[in-house]
Amino acid sequence: MAGARVIPLHDPERDAARRSRHVEVVPEPEQQQSATPDWERRLADLLSFARRRIAGDYQVDEFGFDRDLTENVLMPPLKPLYEKWFRVETIGLNNIPSAGGALIVANHSGTVPLDALMTSFGIASEHPAHRHMRMLGADLVFRTPVLGALARKSGQTLACNPDAERLMSSGELVGVWPEGFKGIGKPFKDRYKLQRFGRGGFVSAALKTGAPIIPCSIVGAEEIYPMIGDIKALARLLGFPYFPVTPFFPLLGPLGAIPLPSKWYIEFGEPIRTDVFGENAADDPMLVFNLTDQVRETIQQTLYRLLTQRRNVFLG
Amino acid sequence: MTPKVVLVTGVSRFLGGHLAARFAANPDIERVLGVDTEPPPRDLLRRMGRAEFVRADIRNPLISKVISTANVDTVVHASVTASPAGPTGRTVMKEMNVIGTMQLLAACQKSPKVQKLVVKSTSAVYGSSSRDPAVFTEDMGPKDLPSSGYAKDAVEVEGYVRGFGRRRPDVNVTTLRFTNFIGPRIDTVLTRYFALPVVPTVLGYDARVQLLHSEDALAVLERATLHDLPGVFNVGGDGVLLLSQAIRRAGRLNLPVPSAAVPTVGGFFRSARLVDFSPDQMRFLNWGRVIDTTLLKKEFGFTPRWTTQQAFDDYVNGRGLKPLIDPETIDAAERGILDAAARFR
Repeated sequence: MAGARVIPLHDPERDAARRSRHVEVVPEPEQQQSATPDWERRLADLLSFARRRIAGDYQVDEFGFDRDLTENVLMPPLKPLYEKWFRVETIGLNNIPSAGGALIVANHSGTVPLDALMTSFGIASEHPAHRHMRMLGADLVFRTPVLGALARKSGQTLACNPDAERLMSSGELVGVWPEGFKGIGKPFKDRYKLQRFGRGGFVSAALKTGAPIIPCSIVGAEEIYPMIGDIKALARLLGFPYFPVTPFFPLLGPLGAIPLPSKWYIEFGEPIRTDVFGENAADDPMLVFNLTDQVRETIQQTLYRLLTQRRNVFLG
Repeated sequence: MTPKVVLVTGVSRFLGGHLAARFAANPDIERVLGVDTEPPPRDLLRRMGRAEFVRADIRNPLISKVISTANVDTVVHASVTASPAGPTGRTVMKEMNVIGTMQLLAACQKSPKVQKLVVKSTSAVYGSSSRDPAVFTEDMGPKDLPSSGYAKDAVEVEGYVRGFGRRRPDVNVTTLRFTNFIGPRIDTVLTRYFALPVVPTVLGYDARVQLLHSEDALAVLERATLHDLPGVFNVGGDGVLLLSQAIRRAGRLNLPVPSAAVPTVGGFFRSARLVDFSPDQMRFLNWGRVIDTTLLKKEFGFTPRWTTQQAFDDYVNGRGLKPLIDPETIDAAERGILDAAARFR
């Protein structure tokens, strides 16, 4: 539809193309496309997007995921950050299945959850199936106005077992950061030391649905906002889990909120199968603990390996 | 088992009245009794045909006499409502909902002839908060019990219904937890809300809204009455609309109101007799609510004919809501810009 609209009525170049197509047996759609300049097609896309938004003509799933908005508005601004600022390199994307439920478990760091955004952007743009990772977020996110609504629209949902199981059994790719605020808000001196992995709720959700667990190790995110202090009183006042002090924030004000341009590596490890443990595996706490430890250890070891290979924080 | 004598409560309202009309049109049912405190509107009464209207208050023990003398074997309790009768109607509404249900259940318990009870409940019993899972199944409960309003009424009503089920295990009890109704004919808080030219919403929040077409609601209640399908079932249309999206589809303008000003704005709309929102419904506008209807489809054997989006569109078309900005204008603007762009190439 959008393509059909941009075709101008009187254009010598296109008319010539149309005439020539009459002679040809097989019409070439490529030629037709190249006749309209790129910016004009983009304008047409933009206008049809605007029309869809004004008319409310788009689909939202039961978790509130608005694919139209995510792909056209929320994702594009991440592109320069991903490609130019952090120069993210992904390793082992082939470990992520192209279809079906799976659970990505990653380390959390960086004071601001940019690591989650970069991972989801990396999978959406570089994985052959361009899958949208559905992230599980803390309830603080959903309680916060604007942020909570945006989180739902971008496909996130509350980190709880019913939601995780529902997503995975409907064949979605789920992302979880089990360290939570303990991981993201840890002091700079503890960088790349994995914190406690919650209560293993993510493992039991994976066991229940039989979805594979893909350990994911992110290197580089620890250095974007080196947290050297935490103003606890201010955090309590504002209702935040921590109030970060970095070498530049709050000293330089908004300038200090610019993340340092560290070089990032995101490695996806071998999937750990969870469908081999039988029917009631999720009710076996020992198995859940062991699997949790296995995932945690895999991520920790991969982090150490990636760190030894890295020569410079900013150049990689 | 097809019921012989059916008693429907709340027949002066849309659901109860139309349900009684459907039963009256069913030749297998011998007698249909409709109960309410006030007579149904004339057009509804005409539709109800041979159904008999009994002007009675279910808060009054008289209802027991009606049930036993008429040999009622099936009771459809459709009068639990979210819409108060007026600005001061909230206390009356609560009494009708809770005390009325207690009296009705007491009467049912007394009458050995009663074989089946169908209760129209609401998904509001799940509450609405940021800490809830995205989708509710029948076995979930609210994170914090609703402290007031319709949701609290419904929780209490369901409690009494469970108690009745324990005391009369021979009676088939079906509890139906409906989402909000929508449709061209039904009049609810939500249909009035979306008909406002400028629709106030809570700034920074966008609720997920699941709706059920009123015709589907009638069909579900009818099916529950005509067949033996005991249990608790979520009933809602497939799919979800975001509140902002619904407002756009209705062609209305969205007016985001900061949380702090919401009670004031709500009070204004109540005193202007436009829309009467209770605090729990305000919370619904913050978070919304989505329920899982697998059980309805698999065990109850009913798939709603309208999805949430279709039901909403039917409401918009049926009510003749005129969008503030004509879609033709938007199309024309889009074409105009593209033509202009083509000329500049």
